[in-house]
Amino acid sequence: MRRYEDRKNVQAKAYYSDRFYKAPHIPRLDFKEDEVFANDVESIGSKFEIKKAYIECEQLVVYIKPQDIVGVMRHLKERLNYNFLSELSAIDWLAKSGEFEIFYQMLSTKKRKRMRVKYFIKEKDAIPSVMEVYKSADWAEREMYDMFGIKILNHHYMKRLLMPDDWHGYPLRKTYPLHGDEEAQWYEIDRIFGKEFRDVIGPEQRDSAKIVKTDTHNFSRIGHEVPFGAPYSEKPTQNDYQEEEGIPIVRKLSKKDSKILKERP
Amino acid sequence: MAQHKINYLSEGGLPIALTTVDKLVQWGRSNSLWPLTYGLACCAIEMMATGASRYDFDRFGTIFRASPRQSDVLIIAGTLTKKHAQFLRRLYDQMTEPKWVISMGSCANTGGMFNTYATVQGADRIIPVDIYLPGCAPRPETLQYALMLLQKQIRKESASRKLKPKRLV
Repeated sequence: MRRYEDRKNVQAKAYYSDRFYKAPHIPRLDFKEDEVFANDVESIGSKFEIKKAYIECEQLVVYIKPQDIVGVMRHLKERLNYNFLSELSAIDWLAKSGEFEIFYQMLSTKKRKRMRVKYFIKEKDAIPSVMEVYKSADWAEREMYDMFGIKILNHHYMKRLLMPDDWHGYPLRKTYPLHGDEEAQWYEIDRIFGKEFRDVIGPEQRDSAKIVKTDTHNFSRIGHEVPFGAPYSEKPTQNDYQEEEGIPIVRKLSKKDSKILKERP
Repeated sequence: MAQHKINYLSEGGLPIALTTVDKLVQWGRSNSLWPLTYGLACCAIEMMATGASRYDFDRFGTIFRASPRQSDVLIIAGTLTKKHAQFLRRLYDQMTEPKWVISMGSCANTGGMFNTYATVQGADRIIPVDIYLPGCAPRPETLQYALMLLQKQIRKESASRKLKPKRLV
């Protein structure tokens, strides 16, 4: 696994530089500035503990305690008319604080408002499923498990959604290497041919800029094609579609014999 | 017949063509290459366009078949993910000999822009490929040209030869 490292040295890498990057700063407003949101916060706060609440990009953000989530969601759906769970997923803060931030993006088509419920969990913690309240949580929770390895309690079919079932690791964690860990890099070879064929097929070629002129296994020069694996040659090759001598029954069209008709005969 | 007085010796010769079995068989094979109806990603849209009336694959005798048992050509049209790799290999194994493979587009050739954990870095890690098509996605003309080159390659081969073991397995 790749170590998590800070991005101080990122400019040393030729392919990526963020020297002009400015983190966007989005102002956070007090939730009391919007009447509807103020009522929502008051209503949730009367039954559950609210750690923090503010308005960001005209959306209410509410931080709650992890164990309250199902109750809060039911409250939002039944009392506060948030009838739509658009998305739920996690944010990886493991390197910073050893935590995942889980968010639930809600939409009320009746109030025309969007709000977000958030909470933090530790890395190994399992979270309750909200599928009993919102059916749309089904695949979203499976994807969250697939990508972050966050276990969901009371889910009826806790299985990976995107990656294969025998996949190793959780790809959306910050510590997961972009090119995959060893299991990932050999996945298709192990699966199809078996581990003993790793040597036969060889490692993946990950350098997209690599060109080897004399390697006729992997490269071919247009106009200088040679058969697969044959020695490299500078000699130009015949590139016409039809063979010089023609094939039986079909005769080669000679350009000299062709003529352009002025009108339809 | 007699009243037309055709002079066979001067008008293009006798109505007989002399050829070899190899050439005749390979002429037949090369002009009835049936690809598998198999699309993986956006290249498949171009492949469909090639098969449709404007570009008209049918005039090369190339008719898409819905079963690997009836197909001669496998066109890998799109991004091959690691999850899907085993199914591509299975389809290839189900095709009967002789069979050819066209790798269509950057993703199938090398993984293309998907230099990530989930994409196979070149379909030739899984199955032997005969023709690599550059492009993202290749235009229908490119696919047609690749098919013509494949036909040309097939006509060069001997029909009765023992099938060479290809590079992978």
